[in-house]
Amino acid sequence: MTEQAIPASPIEADIETFGALVDKEPSKPPRSQWIDVWQQFRKHKGAVFGGGFLLFITLAVVFGPFLWDVDPKALDIRNKNWRPVYQLLFDSEAKAGWAHPFGTDQLGRDIMAQMIAGGQVSMAVGWLAMALALVIGSAIGVISGYFKKLDFWLMRFTDLVLSLPILPLTLLAVTLFRQPLNSRFGPEGGMFILIVGIIGLTSWMQTARIVRGDILALKEREFILAARSIGTRSGKIIRRHLLPNVISPIMVSATLGLATAIITESALSFLGVGFPSDFPTWGKLLSDAVSRMQEFPERVLLPGIAISLTVLSVNYLGDGLRDALDPRLRGR
Amino acid sequence: MLTFTIRRLLLSIPTLLFISMVIFLLLQLAPGDPMAQVPLTVPPEVKQKMREALGLGQPIYVQYYKWLIQFFWVEPQVFLDWATRDSFLLGWLPDTHFSTFIDPDTGAVRPVQRTISWQTRSPIMDIVIQRMPQTLWVVGLSYVVGILIAIPIGIYSAYRHYSLFDQAGTFITMVGFSIPPFFTGPLLIVVFSVTLGWLPSIYDTTHVVTDWASFKIQFMQMIMPVMVLALQTTAQISRYMRGAMLDNLNQDYVRTARAKGLKESSVVLVHVLRNSMIPVVTVIALGMPAIFGGAIITENVFKVNGIGQLLLTALFANDLPMVMTLTFIFAILIVLFNLIADVLYGLLDPRIRYD
Repeated sequence: MTEQAIPASPIEADIETFGALVDKEPSKPPRSQWIDVWQQFRKHKGAVFGGGFLLFITLAVVFGPFLWDVDPKALDIRNKNWRPVYQLLFDSEAKAGWAHPFGTDQLGRDIMAQMIAGGQVSMAVGWLAMALALVIGSAIGVISGYFKKLDFWLMRFTDLVLSLPILPLTLLAVTLFRQPLNSRFGPEGGMFILIVGIIGLTSWMQTARIVRGDILALKEREFILAARSIGTRSGKIIRRHLLPNVISPIMVSATLGLATAIITESALSFLGVGFPSDFPTWGKLLSDAVSRMQEFPERVLLPGIAISLTVLSVNYLGDGLRDALDPRLRGR
Repeated sequence: MLTFTIRRLLLSIPTLLFISMVIFLLLQLAPGDPMAQVPLTVPPEVKQKMREALGLGQPIYVQYYKWLIQFFWVEPQVFLDWATRDSFLLGWLPDTHFSTFIDPDTGAVRPVQRTISWQTRSPIMDIVIQRMPQTLWVVGLSYVVGILIAIPIGIYSAYRHYSLFDQAGTFITMVGFSIPPFFTGPLLIVVFSVTLGWLPSIYDTTHVVTDWASFKIQFMQMIMPVMVLALQTTAQISRYMRGAMLDNLNQDYVRTARAKGLKESSVVLVHVLRNSMIPVVTVIALGMPAIFGGAIITENVFKVNGIGQLLLTALFANDLPMVMTLTFIFAILIVLFNLIADVLYGLLDPRIRYD
């Protein structure tokens, strides 16, 4: 009970006499919304772990090359087909050692360095595609929720895009536009732009729908009316009053977007339409290893586990964020 | 409800037209050339003539119109003819002859021109119909298996909220949700085909089931592809099922049902379950197209020659008519199941009124 909850009545003096009704605790300083969110978020063990792991893997792929400065593309044919170092536990004769903790592939390239390089690409694709989808989705959602004239057409457009077959179309677009973009930006840069663009352009629809729904409800609230009555322009109302209030659904759909972007990129690489063959990404490493997985199962397992753990942690993070940002659940 | 269904059906026509146009325009930008396979000894001007004979010199809207005619008018006619001639179901009807015409010059009966694949030079729809059963078996069965596993898990983990089963269940569904099929596929192959040697790693579509032994082989080879696809379904649907059950378990009508002395099983499995199934049924319908998309990857892993694998080979072989048709079939599936989901939602939940 805080002091505000005691009704201010004419018999306040009487209440003073009933000591039991007076708060014994000192009044707490006012708490900001984000502290509440953080405290709710901390209660969700999976979400904290997921967020921590996501941070760890992002830092690992960003700073990994400085700690493990082996060139992922350097061939060392004498030391090919090393097993990962844990193989020594079962079999002391195994070709393994700390020089290559995760082993080497059939051309003697260090798998640890490849995993780090692959992770950089996968994470970069994931983050950028997610950001692109968020920007498009929030823009369409806000415009369609705020401007009544555009609402009908933008939402019909969203419905249409939602009913496009995404995976077949992505496959199609990647195979069709590979050539022109490769010639302009080089094989790696071209493919990077293409994949980020396609994933971003095909995954903004859910964000747009959620944001529109929230904007429609917010628009009718008094503070928007107040803002408009003092002559605030639409652009400023959107930036100053509406966007900060829809930040939580945007954050939740960001986590979903990151997970799907990572999976889509890996799936494209796995199907053989992604990055060029000597350019490591997690999906590419996995698909290259599948043909020899009988002898070297770890080459399938390592990138597979990396993808799965990252996506798992992102999903847990999203779950926790959804709980933490939902004011109805907070404080329970 | 009927008017709503009819309105949605009519609305799906422009949707499908839009999607077909997007796919068509994308393919127009393709650098592929149907004459790429023609021997180099054929002079360029002859090649140009061949291109014109294929209609490639025509304006885009003419090509698009012709494609529409082929897909929505010619192919159904061929299908009707086949249905009344050879099929088991409608074979007793008098034979129709929509897809043939009498040549004005010779007077002979000739079949109409159908859309042909650039790879095999045979009608696309014939190939699609050959490939369809494999996909439908694997995808359909995995969906049924997934739903059958997911619903009890969802019910029980909502009923015992925060119990050990619930915690383990949510963790496992989260894992199933996060592990992509192109990892679970190889993983299962490593474990069950390579290490243990229990199951075959490749799906043999030429296998014919005649007796118990051959049925067993068919069953063994279906386990892995079905389970990989079912894992995704299970993870998704049991999450929805749990959420829907949780929403309903605290409602007033549940307390009323308990208060009037109903058995716990009939409270949970009749009252709560029926109300919770409303959103879940629509999720099941909406998830169907995604499962077909996932089948592209699973078919590739287990070498099932279904339509997903057909799409991939057609893409790599630059077989544009085939790619166009298959992508459009996927689009039809999505639009159809969206429609089914909407109609089901209205039918199941009397609180929803579309009119």
